[in-house]
Amino acid sequence: MIRVSSVSLNINGITVKADEGATILTAAQDAGIYIPTLCHCPDVSSIGVCRLCLVRIENRRKLEPACRTIAEEGMVIVTDDPEIERLRRVILELILSDHDFNCLLCPKSGQCRLQELVNRIGFNEHRFNRLEHTAKDLPIDTSNPFFDFNPNKCVQCAICVRTCHEIVGNDAINMAYRSYDLRVSTFANKLLKESVCVSCGECMERCPVGALIPKKAEYPTREVKTTCSYCGVGCGLYLGVRGNTIVRARGDDESPVNKGNLCVRGRFGYNFVDSPDRLSLPLMRAYDEYAQPSSVVEVTEEGLPVTLPLVKREGKFVEITWDQAIKYVASSLSHYRGDEVAAISSARCTNEENYLFQKFTRVALKTNNIDHCARL
Amino acid sequence: MAGLAASFGSGAMTNSINEISGAACIFAIGTNTTANHPIIGRQVTRAVQKGTKLIVVDPRRIPLCRIADIWLRLRPGTDVALLNGIMRVIIEENLNLLNTSFIVERCEDYEAFEASIMENDLATAEGITGVPAQDIVKAARMFGSYIPATILYTLGITEHSHGTDNVRALANLALLTGNIGKPSSGVNPLRGQNNVQGACDMGALPNVYTGYQKVENKKVREKFEKAWNCKLSPSNGLTLTDMFEAAHEGKIKALYLKGQDPVVTNADTTFIEKAISHLELFVVQDIFLTETARLADVVLPAASFAEKDGTFTNTERRVQRVRKAIEPKGNSRPDWMIICDIAKSMGAEGFDFGSPQEIFEEMRGLTPSYGGITYERIEKSGLQWPCPDHEHPGTPYLYSARFSTPSGRAKFASISYRPPAETASHEYPFILVTRRSAFHYHAVMTHKVEGFDELRGEEHIEIHPADAASLEIQEEEVIKVTSRRGSIKAKTKITEVVPAGVVCMTFNFAETRTNILTSRAMDPITKTPEFKVCAVKIEREESAYLMKDYMRWGTGKT
Repeated sequence: MIRVSSVSLNINGITVKADEGATILTAAQDAGIYIPTLCHCPDVSSIGVCRLCLVRIENRRKLEPACRTIAEEGMVIVTDDPEIERLRRVILELILSDHDFNCLLCPKSGQCRLQELVNRIGFNEHRFNRLEHTAKDLPIDTSNPFFDFNPNKCVQCAICVRTCHEIVGNDAINMAYRSYDLRVSTFANKLLKESVCVSCGECMERCPVGALIPKKAEYPTREVKTTCSYCGVGCGLYLGVRGNTIVRARGDDESPVNKGNLCVRGRFGYNFVDSPDRLSLPLMRAYDEYAQPSSVVEVTEEGLPVTLPLVKREGKFVEITWDQAIKYVASSLSHYRGDEVAAISSARCTNEENYLFQKFTRVALKTNNIDHCARL
Repeated sequence: MAGLAASFGSGAMTNSINEISGAACIFAIGTNTTANHPIIGRQVTRAVQKGTKLIVVDPRRIPLCRIADIWLRLRPGTDVALLNGIMRVIIEENLNLLNTSFIVERCEDYEAFEASIMENDLATAEGITGVPAQDIVKAARMFGSYIPATILYTLGITEHSHGTDNVRALANLALLTGNIGKPSSGVNPLRGQNNVQGACDMGALPNVYTGYQKVENKKVREKFEKAWNCKLSPSNGLTLTDMFEAAHEGKIKALYLKGQDPVVTNADTTFIEKAISHLELFVVQDIFLTETARLADVVLPAASFAEKDGTFTNTERRVQRVRKAIEPKGNSRPDWMIICDIAKSMGAEGFDFGSPQEIFEEMRGLTPSYGGITYERIEKSGLQWPCPDHEHPGTPYLYSARFSTPSGRAKFASISYRPPAETASHEYPFILVTRRSAFHYHAVMTHKVEGFDELRGEEHIEIHPADAASLEIQEEEVIKVTSRRGSIKAKTKITEVVPAGVVCMTFNFAETRTNILTSRAMDPITKTPEFKVCAVKIEREESAYLMKDYMRWGTGKT
C-alpha cells in the first residue's frame, strides 16, 4: 500500500483528518458532514458547475466550491451560514425555474438528487413564484432502445458528459449552446441512436435527476451477485429480481474486474433468459409426420438407436418427458464404440459443467473426442 | 493458445485486466476491443487519456484508431511479416539494449531467431503488408522505448491458417523487449466467450485433462483412472473441426453437443450441415432451438446462467462465482443435472453430485492450478490461477520467476511469413474479413432481447467507396457475395472503415450466414479455421429479396 500523509482541518468547529490531495467535499463526507452538491460524482472528475457546495474558508475573500478545493493543513471551514444558505436557495430556485418537475410521474422520484436538495435546502416560495417559470419544451429523445433522454429535466450538471469521456472514452455527448440554451447534445444534435453512442447506459446510471432514465423502470425486490455471461472479461454483476423475473442489472462496484462498469450487453442484455423462445421440455424427432407423442414414447422406452439418418431430418419435433429423454439419449449413446462418438462442450457453460462433461465423455463414452468452441 | 504454450509453457493471458492502465505502451493487434470487450476497451481509452502510447494494428479503421498514436493498416493475414519487420528494427537499433540480460538468463534459441529476423529487410515487409517502412520503424521505436509495454490480441491474430505463427511472433516481440513476467506487460489474448478460459482449464479439450495435464502422459492418466475408477483412453481425441470432418466421412456416428451453434458460427457452414446430416445420432443441449438444434434428433432444454450455481473463469484467469438468481424457466434443467442423469442412466460411476460445489471440489483435487480455490475463498471477488494451496493469494501475472516450459526458459521461435490460404484472385478479387458487432453476441442471445435488433437489425457488408464506385454499387443495395464455397446476399454499407479490396461482415445474423463463405483452411496446430481471410467476389443482385424477408427468428425456418 502507498502511504498517504494526512492533513487536519477544521470544519464547522470539528477537527477532521483527510488524505493529502483530498477535496474539502470528500473530507467532509468522510467525516459525516453534509455539504449539498448536484454536479459531483465520485467516479468522475469534479468541475464545480452547480455551485451548491460553496463553503466559507477563513482568510479567503470568496466562497469556494468544496468539490474543487483541496483540503489544506489548518484550514478553518464553515459549510453553513446565512449567506451561504441564501446563495444556495437562489441557485436552487434558478435551477428549478426551468425544470419540468412533474415529480409524481417521474420514475426517478424518490431517488432524485434535486428532490433531496429541495428538501434539505428549501426555497423561498415567494421569490420563486416571482420568477418567470419557463419550462423548456424540448423534444424527448426516445431513439435509444434502452433509455430515454429528457432534456427538460436535465440540470446541466454534465455528469453524463464526464462519464462518457472519462469512463467510457466514447465522447458521444457534450455540452452544446450557450447560456440559457445550454444543453447536453450529441455531435450535430443528432438523435442518440444516430450518434456514436454505444448504449452502455453508464450515463443513465449516474444521472442524478430524471433526465436519463431506463425505458423499463421496474424496481427489483432482491439482488443476486453473479458474473456476466457475455464476453471473457467476466464483469461482476448484480441481477435485480422481481418474482421469478430479472428486471435489471447493475455493475458490481466491488468487482476488481469492472469496478461497477458494464457495457450494453451486460446492462441490458439479460432478457434472453425470459424469452418466450426458451425451450421447456425435451424435444424429439418423430419420424412419422403424423406421429403422436404417445408413439414416440414407445420408441424411447425401447431405446433403439436411430437408423435412417437422412429420412429422419424430415421428421417433426414432439415434446417428451425428461425421463424418456434421458433414457433415450443414454441408451442410444451406449450403442456406439468410443471412437464413433464425440462430444462438444461449451465455453458458455460453467467450469463445473465443463469438468463434468469431459469426465462424462472420457468415463461414460470412453473416448477423448471432447472439444469446445475455443478454436472458433 | 498453442502458440503461447510453445513459447512460454502455458496458454493464457499473462497479465491482468487492471494492469493495462499501468502500461507505458499498448500494442493492440487484431482486436476491436471497444466492441468485443468494452470494459477492456475503456481501460485502454482511459490509459491513453492519461498518456499511455497506443499502437493499433488492424486492416479496419476500428474505433481505437481515433485515439491511437500509430495505426498500422496492414493487409489481412500479413501479421508475421509486419511483426518481423518491427523486431528487425528493434534489433538493428539496439532498442532492446536494457533487455540483454533477460534474453541471456531466461530465454533460449535466440541466435537462430535473430538470424531468421535478419533474413528479410523492411522493404520486403512493406511489400507484403502494405505498411510504409517508416511507419514500421516508428512503431518499433515506440514499442521498444516505452516500458512496460503490453500486447493485446484476439481473433484477428488467431483465426488464420497461420494463427500459431502469429502468436509466436507476438511472444517473440514480448521476449525481445523483456515485456513479460512483470506487471503491465505481457502477451494478452483477450478471450471471447465468458468461460472459454474455464472450459480449456477444465479439460474440455481432446488432448488434456483439467489444468492442461496431458492425456498422453501415463502418470497423469493413471492419476485420473484412479480418481474416476475406470480405464481411460490413452490416445488424444479429435478436435472440433476434425470431428466434423470425421462425421462427414462417417467415422463419427454420434455427436452430443451442448451450448454451441456451429451451423451459424463455424467456418464453411454448408459443409457443417452436411456433416451433421451424416450422423446417426445428434443430441443438442441448449437454451434455445438454435439453427443447429433444428437438425438434432433430441434437443435437451438447458437452464441459463441466471438459473444455476457455478463458476466462470474469465480471460485473466480469475475464477468467479455464478449464482442462481431465478428458478429455471419452464422445465429446463441445469446442464450439470442433465449430464449426471444421462451418465447414471448409462451405468457410469462417479456422477452422484448434489451440487456444483461438490463437482468443483472433485475437480480441484485433481487440478494443481486450481488446488487452493474454494467457493468460500471466491465468495467476494474471485481468485486468479495458478493458486496451488489455501494460503496462495492467486497470481495476477505469470512467469515472474520462471516459465512453465520444461527448461524454465522461454523459447524464441524462428517464424517466417506464410501467406493466407486464400488470396485475392482474378475470379475472387476481394478479401472478406469477418468480425463481430458491439451490439450482438454471436448469433442468438442478443436477438432474443428487445432493443438490440433496433440498434443493429440486419447484416451490412462494409465496402470501400472506390470499390463500390467501380462496381457501381449504391449504399443499402442488396448484393451477392460469393466465395468458393457458396454465396449469400447482404446490404452494402459504403465506408472507409475498410481498405480498398477488403470487405467486412459480421456473422451475428442467422438469416445472413456469413460463414457459408468462410474457409475451412485451418491452422495446422490449433485447428482454428481461417475466419479472417477468404477470397470473395461481389455481384449486383437482380432480386432484392433477402433471406430475412422469408425468415424471422423463432417463426421457423424459411
